[in-house]
Amino acid sequence: MFRYALKRLGLGAVIITVALMMLFAMVYLIPGDPASVALGPRATPAMIADLRARMGLDQPIWRQFLHFYGSVLRGDLGTEVLSNRPVFDVVMEQLPFTLILVLGGISWSVALGIPLGCIAAVRRGGFVDRVIGVMSVAMIAVPSFVVAIYSLLVFAVALQWLPAIGAGEPGNLSSRLLHLILPSLAVGLGWIGYISRMVRASMLETLEASHIRTARAFGLPERRIIYTYALRIAVLPTITLLGVGIGQMLSSSVFAEIVFARPGIGKLVYEAISTRNYPIVSGAVLVTTVFFVLVNVAADILVGTLDPRVRASFN
Amino acid sequence: MRGILREPLGALGLTLVAVVVLSAIFAGVLTSYAPSKISPTERFASPSLLHLLGTDHLGRDLFTRVLYGGRIALMIALGATLASLVVGVVLGLIAGYGPRWLDNIMLLVFDAVKSFPTVMLALTLVTLFGPSLYAVVLVVMLVNVPGYARIIRTQTLVLKSAEHVMAARSMGASATRILGIHILPNIIGPILILVSMDVPVVVAIEAGMSFLGLGVRPPTPSWGAILNDGFANIRDSYWIVIAGGLPIVLTTLGFTFLGETLRDLFDPRLKRRS
Repeated sequence: MFRYALKRLGLGAVIITVALMMLFAMVYLIPGDPASVALGPRATPAMIADLRARMGLDQPIWRQFLHFYGSVLRGDLGTEVLSNRPVFDVVMEQLPFTLILVLGGISWSVALGIPLGCIAAVRRGGFVDRVIGVMSVAMIAVPSFVVAIYSLLVFAVALQWLPAIGAGEPGNLSSRLLHLILPSLAVGLGWIGYISRMVRASMLETLEASHIRTARAFGLPERRIIYTYALRIAVLPTITLLGVGIGQMLSSSVFAEIVFARPGIGKLVYEAISTRNYPIVSGAVLVTTVFFVLVNVAADILVGTLDPRVRASFN
Repeated sequence: MRGILREPLGALGLTLVAVVVLSAIFAGVLTSYAPSKISPTERFASPSLLHLLGTDHLGRDLFTRVLYGGRIALMIALGATLASLVVGVVLGLIAGYGPRWLDNIMLLVFDAVKSFPTVMLALTLVTLFGPSLYAVVLVVMLVNVPGYARIIRTQTLVLKSAEHVMAARSMGASATRILGIHILPNIIGPILILVSMDVPVVVAIEAGMSFLGLGVRPPTPSWGAILNDGFANIRDSYWIVIAGGLPIVLTTLGFTFLGETLRDLFDPRLKRRS
């Protein structure tokens, strides 16, 4: 088990390194000269040369990358152009808002997806199964930003049941939760569909397994068989799926944050783009990417712990 | 075709797709307005017989903009999907047929590209290149290519040691000939179904980027751009967001239902796996 976890972590580290190289290539090499961009059109050549030297842009590329990589490992993502604050701090300030949003999305998808998948599997082939199937596909297909805007229109503007703007008053839990309902639904809706399909499929598989047949032979009540014995195994594949899901929800949260004017990473990057604040953009993308890779590694290790077959197939 | 229509969901999907495609093609016939014609006296007109879906903040007819927006959405869906398919197939064949070390490097790069959350990737690229149609196509390719290439690679690896490929190689056939004649035709079928199922994703990426103002530039009509116009005025003129969102919903649902039905018809194995 330990070797599996170590291998998976090692692969994660390699992927992060390659991703960092790409980000470095994109942000530092393509858009012309970052020094003249940072200083604006009225900078003198002497000022640009000075900043270039301070940013290390006069060094060979491989040294620049090593330097970049080293400072990223130390948590130093550079300083923001406008306020002169460390990028890392600015990003970390916004990260909790986005994480709570993603967590809300996961809650919706797990709380509704698992029961729906279960019901569909139990009623296999029936009318209820078909309805749940179509609903799941529809939830997956419709883009989250349309869900966000339409739910804003219906529940916040027309019916005025829920607040439309912001993340709620700091320290006021009920206000925070109220402000979380619509954005997190927009983020998690597609994953209700994914999870219900996944649970249905693996539930059908599990119900054929021999230990379930044994439980049936012992005359255990069907309800108990399904909800205690089968479901426990059928939920496993969803954990890996959630690893991927978090990445997609991070993407959807950009839209949710903009539509509902919530603070968060997505809104931060979006606003940084319009002000051409490159360090913020690359810093935020970097943090979310590293976070995403780590979540996937964690999900894989968790599934490996729970299911020895996965560990074996990785070798 | 008959198989699709026998499934109620397939029939619904096919109908929706047909409506979207036909209305995009015949946009010029179906409406008498120009898509970007500004009419200051008719700003924020609610839906009526004159303007079926109402007008936006510049007095432009929304029904017309939705129809012409369909052209953009479908053209990008088609173009970007084809481009991803071609690049994905070529890279997948190289990774699967080429030397082991190259395969390993390529797999690593695919995984690294996939590890960027989509929207973050789109935002970074747009920061660098500026918003445009090409930025949308590039994002779509970066999102799709690693997946396609991986599938093609796995299939190629399997076929590499198949008897007919061995025979061709022992007769001195070149790598291009083997890949093009003996391997590609055998693996292209299943991937085409997967690719067609990605069409709604591409439509969503274009609309999403245009909604953020990172895709199609104004005044070009795009569903996402209409949503963006409407979002700014959502409190007073709700019909603009409805006009922008509805075609996105109908198109993604149509292509998804159609794709699912096609998949079940052609490849029952895929159904069990997903």
